[in-house]
Amino acid sequence: MGAQKKKDAARVPEGLSRQRLQAIVIADSFNTRFRPLTLERPKVLLPLVNIPMIDYTLAWLESAGIDEIFVFCCAHSLQLIDHLKKSQWCSLVRTIVSHKSTSVGDALRYIYEQQHTETSQIQGDFVLVSGDTVSNMPLAELIREHRERKKRDEKAIMTMVIKKQCSRLRLGSDQLFVAVDPVTKQLLYYNEGGEVCLDKSLVLDTSVLVCNDVKDCYIDICSPEVLSLFEDNFDYQHLRRHFVKGLLVDDIMGYKIFTHEVHSSCYAARIDNLRSYDTVSKDIIQRWTYPYVPDISFSGNHPLKLGRRGMYRASDAVQSRSADIGASTVIGYGTRIGNGGKIFNSVIGNGCSIGSNVVIQGSYIWNNVTIEDGCEIRNAVVCDGVKIRAGAVLQPGVVLSFNVVVGRDFVVPAYSKVSLLQQAIKDDSDEELEYAYSSRGTADLLSGVNNLQMESKASELGPDGAGYIWEVFDSSHDEEWWKHSIVPIPMEKLADITQVTDDGDIEDESVVPPRGELKSDNDSISTDANDPNDDDYGYFQREVRETFLRAVEEDNNVDHVTPLINSLRFSYNMASADCAGAIFYSMMRLAVDSPHNSTSELYRNATSIINKSKGLLGFYVKQIDEQIEVIMKFEEMCEETAELVPLFAQIVHFLYDKDVVQEDAILRWGEEKAGADESDKVYLNQCEAFIQWLKEASEEEEDEEDS
Amino acid sequence: MPDVQSMVAEFVNKLRKRKIEGSQATAKCTVELLRSVISHQRVPHANQAAALIDAVKAVGQQLVAANPVELAVGNVVRRVLHIIREEDLSLTTAAMAGLDLLDASDDDDIDNCKGIGYPAMSAAVVAAAARSTLRPPSLQTLLEGTPESATVPYTSSSGADSESKTADKSSLTRKLKHDVIEGVNQLIHEISGCHEQIAEQAIEHIHQNEVILTLGSSRTVLEFLCAAKEKKRSFRVFVAEGAPRYQGHLLAKELVARGLQTTVITDSAVFAMISRVNMVIIGAHAVMANGGVIGPVGVNMAALAAKKHAVPFVVLAGSHKLCPLYPHNPEVLLNELRSPSELLDFGEFSDCLDFGAGSGSLQVVNPTFDYVPPNLVSLFITDTGGHNPSYMYRLIADYYSADDLVM
Repeated sequence: MGAQKKKDAARVPEGLSRQRLQAIVIADSFNTRFRPLTLERPKVLLPLVNIPMIDYTLAWLESAGIDEIFVFCCAHSLQLIDHLKKSQWCSLVRTIVSHKSTSVGDALRYIYEQQHTETSQIQGDFVLVSGDTVSNMPLAELIREHRERKKRDEKAIMTMVIKKQCSRLRLGSDQLFVAVDPVTKQLLYYNEGGEVCLDKSLVLDTSVLVCNDVKDCYIDICSPEVLSLFEDNFDYQHLRRHFVKGLLVDDIMGYKIFTHEVHSSCYAARIDNLRSYDTVSKDIIQRWTYPYVPDISFSGNHPLKLGRRGMYRASDAVQSRSADIGASTVIGYGTRIGNGGKIFNSVIGNGCSIGSNVVIQGSYIWNNVTIEDGCEIRNAVVCDGVKIRAGAVLQPGVVLSFNVVVGRDFVVPAYSKVSLLQQAIKDDSDEELEYAYSSRGTADLLSGVNNLQMESKASELGPDGAGYIWEVFDSSHDEEWWKHSIVPIPMEKLADITQVTDDGDIEDESVVPPRGELKSDNDSISTDANDPNDDDYGYFQREVRETFLRAVEEDNNVDHVTPLINSLRFSYNMASADCAGAIFYSMMRLAVDSPHNSTSELYRNATSIINKSKGLLGFYVKQIDEQIEVIMKFEEMCEETAELVPLFAQIVHFLYDKDVVQEDAILRWGEEKAGADESDKVYLNQCEAFIQWLKEASEEEEDEEDS
Repeated sequence: MPDVQSMVAEFVNKLRKRKIEGSQATAKCTVELLRSVISHQRVPHANQAAALIDAVKAVGQQLVAANPVELAVGNVVRRVLHIIREEDLSLTTAAMAGLDLLDASDDDDIDNCKGIGYPAMSAAVVAAAARSTLRPPSLQTLLEGTPESATVPYTSSSGADSESKTADKSSLTRKLKHDVIEGVNQLIHEISGCHEQIAEQAIEHIHQNEVILTLGSSRTVLEFLCAAKEKKRSFRVFVAEGAPRYQGHLLAKELVARGLQTTVITDSAVFAMISRVNMVIIGAHAVMANGGVIGPVGVNMAALAAKKHAVPFVVLAGSHKLCPLYPHNPEVLLNELRSPSELLDFGEFSDCLDFGAGSGSLQVVNPTFDYVPPNLVSLFITDTGGHNPSYMYRLIADYYSADDLVM
């Protein structure tokens, strides 16, 4: 099962003037988004506007000047190798087959291992793309840039291609957040989908460009070190989620990743779900991918004729005069269209036969499909060999896999996926992938299909139909079924999501501008803006307490703690009185929490703590109001903690002794409380004697002054 | 020795990927490729011409299919086929005539040829030479009274006779191939020299203090204007920029570098400026059999403006651009729609491109060429001189044989 060579390595090792350019094409998606189609055919061979996807990739790589392309096959490798042998690239392409790989990481590790057994494998920098990339960007410049950077900086091992785009919904991909150094173009942060959580140092750096309006093209220029890194870190599976993140977060040997923003006149996109399949197909029809368009024979395909209004027609397609073929339609070779049909925005493959009065809208009909009279097909994917009997209706979002038969007048419900193969019973592992089937071999599958056709009288697609309707079982994808479907996003969902993004934008604007220089004073990036204000004091008090406890533990000087508390005060927008209350609260809690046996011991604890940190408290209790606040706070605490009740008067007295609370404050507090309920007067009563004494004392003073 | 088949494949690939642009470059590559096809083709003893024609046709069909919009490819293939047919005809007639000819007259002829300096001139060369006499004598030459035809050998075909009389079959084979290759070389020479040939006539068309308008960029136009400048004519040039590819900017740069007074205008300003213009000169992508022109997009608009103000509309075209086909549905079939990214920024407009989503969708059309009907063209200047549009069919009859029109 070694790497296969199509052509003997007769090439002369060159490199005098120019280094050979090599590319690795991963011809397996390693996910299940295209199921059930990928059970019978590898994803890269699925037709995209009647040409297999991988042909776009290979044609692009070839014209970009790549000398040697390694195609890594996994699932359905025989079909793929067969296709490549027949194609015009057989001299350019070499295939590497491994059925054991379950991820890009495995694939690259396999290639790395092969490197030592093969004589001429990856020799220098290489382009890493997946086999579903559609692009027309020139690579030579990019590779040169990468090499020069590599020469200057040994650690620059990868250049990642990004492209500006407005709406992420277009390709059904997740939101991408990247942070790039605008001068060196070094990638500093990469996050797809998940929660955005920027490193503080990154945010404080004013010269970082943070953008969320780009997309990742999954086109990478890699140095050979990338392969060995995958070998060293055998747990890396996903190229972005593990490898890139690993390099950025774990800082492995100081390796760096750089980005390259594609010029806006180039096209680059990757097809990794049905929505992007739909979008990219339309881009091709609109000729954004020029010269890789259906009327140019770029891969040995028969070119179609381009007519007015973006209609591509094969020269031998037969069309009834009464059929209405709308704009942006592709009709393949040998296809016949009956009377009164209406076809809009659709791609119809080769050898199809379409009956009368058929409505096809926004759909992809592959090769040799039979559609009988009066069918209605909207936003569906119909694979090779499907038969749709008269009067059947495909509701939006339907995917019919190979050779399915839809019964007479049957209505296939929206978003359902239909295949002749039965859906695998839900596995424990979500990682059940294409390859699981490929190992069984196609012969097995085909016989299974035949049996099924014999037996399946009780088909789920009407009495004369054949096929199983798959259930969308993966709950994690449940919320995203509409996002990845071929159907235009329903209005209500669109409204939802724009609202969400709008909210997100508002948050973004306050925290991270969508694209621009960040201000350094934005240090509260992790703050949750959703918090109701009522809880603010609670949070503040807790934070103050923690700060205080830390200070006590470390035996810190007051001077060190005040700035901390001040910063807290400003960030929570609190008054000085609140600070005083919170600090006093912290002190008392500390006293209560520290071990004590009797109330007298508790009193001693409290007094010692007050003694120690009266400076800190004093800083915030310069006003009468603040002092009253402290007493009120103490009252509240006594309500919570019964132990403190008997000590109330004593501690207030102590505070007075230590000049934390002045007598005016106590007297005013007393006056305020005098009018309160009986239950509230417990503490006032306790202090009655003390207040009385205070009053007398002040009178005496006045007397003294008078005399 | 390079493998002809791989050379053909490589060229086909280039044409398909649209990596080769411009009629002259394409024509040159095609004719060079065909020359090597002919020279590597093994010819059977009987019916050699047919074998050569089949070989050239087979390659030609591939090339035309690879990029049907580049008409120069088809033109050159037909020219080469025509050369083969002419050579074959002249050889057979010579062989038949040679049997009756006397020895004495032969010697005279040979001497005659050598004296002129064109030994063993092939029929195609003669034909080519004869064509150059097609050019009507310009006013100047008429006045000066120097007969242009003096340098052209009329009798050289008889040189072939003398050889063919003694030649056996194998040498006859070699002879045909040799003559064909000679003819093809002549064609190559003609294609690469067409700019100079056309530029030579500049002085007769551009006069002092005139204002010339041109659109887009064309090497022929550049050479033409510069030739007039070298002859001390002073005039102004307006260059319409030729959106969306803006090749007019490049032309303007070149013109200024050569010391011409140049003004760049937008395409949409052509009508406003046309009343100040004395002549519109453009380069063509192809000239059709009816005298219609396929040129860079925007040309039709300029032609209509010129018509409205009775400004002469002059088209420069090398003879390889003469296409023996009649335009049928030229806006679509003979056009090439390029990527819309030349017009719009994909990133910014990607939101409104999702058609079928209920709301309206944006469609972008970016044609490369424009068709100008023959009634708007005042004059064609080819390497054989100036011609009326209605005269094109006559030139085409000279260059191509009727059997090759459909390949």
